Amino acid sequence: MEYVARSTSRTTRFLERIPVLGAVLQRPLGALGFSIVLIFVLTTIFAPLIAPYSDTKQDFSAIFQPPSRAHLLGTDNLGRDLFSRIVYGTRIEMSAALPAVTIGLTFGLLLGLLAGYLGGGVDNVIVVLLDSIQAFPSLVLALAILAVLGPSLTNVILVIGLALIPGYARVTRSQVKSVKNNDYIQVEYNLGASTGRIIRMHILPNIIAPLVILISMDLPVVITFEAGLSFLGLGVRPPAPSWGVILSDGFKFIFNSPWPVMSAAFALILVTLGFTLFGETLRDVLDPRLSGTEGG
Amino acid sequence: MYIYLLKRLGMTMIVILIVMIFLGLLVQIIPGDPVRTLLGPRATPELVATVRSEMDMDKPVYVQVALFIWNALHGNLGNDFWTGRPIRQAIGDVLGHTIILALSSLGLAVILGVPLGVYSATHPNSWLDHILAVTSISFITIPSYVAALLLMLLFSVHFRILPAIGLGKAGDVADYLRHLILPSVSLAITWVGYLARLVRTSLLEVLNTNYIRAAKSFGLRDRIVFYKYALKNALIPTVTVLGVGLGSMMAGAMFVEVIFDRPGMGTLIYNAINDRNYPTVRAGVLVIAVLFILANLIADFINSWLDPRIQLVKSQG
Repeated sequence: MEYVARSTSRTTRFLERIPVLGAVLQRPLGALGFSIVLIFVLTTIFAPLIAPYSDTKQDFSAIFQPPSRAHLLGTDNLGRDLFSRIVYGTRIEMSAALPAVTIGLTFGLLLGLLAGYLGGGVDNVIVVLLDSIQAFPSLVLALAILAVLGPSLTNVILVIGLALIPGYARVTRSQVKSVKNNDYIQVEYNLGASTGRIIRMHILPNIIAPLVILISMDLPVVITFEAGLSFLGLGVRPPAPSWGVILSDGFKFIFNSPWPVMSAAFALILVTLGFTLFGETLRDVLDPRLSGTEGG
Repeated sequence: MYIYLLKRLGMTMIVILIVMIFLGLLVQIIPGDPVRTLLGPRATPELVATVRSEMDMDKPVYVQVALFIWNALHGNLGNDFWTGRPIRQAIGDVLGHTIILALSSLGLAVILGVPLGVYSATHPNSWLDHILAVTSISFITIPSYVAALLLMLLFSVHFRILPAIGLGKAGDVADYLRHLILPSVSLAITWVGYLARLVRTSLLEVLNTNYIRAAKSFGLRDRIVFYKYALKNALIPTVTVLGVGLGSMMAGAMFVEVIFDRPGMGTLIYNAINDRNYPTVRAGVLVIAVLFILANLIADFINSWLDPRIQLVKSQG
């Protein structure tokens, strides 16, 4: 909305077609966040082309190396190249984040639509269920379930997906309720419009913006969550280069070399910062009402 | 007012009940036979039968769940699977350390976060405000385990000025506090950033309201307007968040306790998971969940006391 075309270069013209992205990129923090997210996504796609070594190749003649030309971030306790492990790790983080958010979004959307649209008893039951899921701190909920299911990436995805459901369900429910009470919906209903049509034509377009914001804010949450669980040995198992596994390996040898811990820690901080900056700017642009922090 | 409180209390009871049912059912979703999984393939059928009846697992599922809830309500959390010691004792031994850790982190977050937020709100768009904005976001995005590892790397491994593990010598308060510094800072960092932003936002909002302008136009001194009217109202959202904060710190303490090898609820649950000590996992999770729920409830009550409008809105909605 504040987007003003300043030049007619090809990129700018391209961006004009996606006004939201253009508006995000006009803000310095949004542009920074978007660049980090873009680098992360590209790294995920082109990991084998970017990583100079395999993520599991061991070299016992070069353990605990500090950063050098041969090893940009140094090597770990098995002489594995940390840069390559971090690069391949992006794939694990992405393969945890996307399905988990999809699970949360799908079930959250369904429950939210049901609760908001039907109201009454169904609404009450769903709200109590959501409250109960949120009664656990998500980490503790995850631990309780992983304790019995056992550690694996699939289980981590399921658990995080479950923990994300209430967020999406609540946003959907409140939007549905506020849209449903408009007179025009009642008129359309009286004219014989089907429930499906009302949901498709009036409700979904209204909830897309808040959901997109929530997704961009949730992706970094899932990434740190997955890495945290893998750090505790409850998620992805070594030698897979989840950033949590790299941290956990590094932690065991923290007195031998700081580089494994530092490289995984900075990768995590950078990616979460990128997604958060991008998500917050997106929120300011898409829905200024939700924002309370602009100008800072 | 009372109707709102009663409603809120009733909801809390229902949620606690559902949490208990869920935890009672948890053992049922273990793939295969939980007792065999626990005891390993070489256990004799007699041993399996004994353990099964000790854990009430020979009874129908609904009886197991009912027994778990009944016992938990009477303060009986069952016995540790490996040592046979009452879990209540094990939790009693360590709960204090986790509460101290969570409270000290929360205190630290308030002491640092609130003044930073107040400064930013009273000097909006100054260069320090911009720096603080970026710093706060960065702080918020640092997970507690990353902060813990980096702080340990810096202060324990590199400079060697603060201890890396444990609680310190028994009975030595100064040593206990020294061992508390890194864990509580790691846990507080996210919340320093979060509180700074929250206070800034809500204070700016309040400072722009008509009643503050009115108070100023009546000639009240800025200081009085600020502390007596603006800050008090601006801190209301902070109180709710602190309730959530205390609860999530108790949970987040897990990472920090494991990293700094501190006894606490986190290490208790973590070790229990690794030992497949399901009764202890279940009891530990229950205690954390109940404390989390209560912290939220208390924050809500304090909130409705500070701002009577909340009950009206909530009981209507």
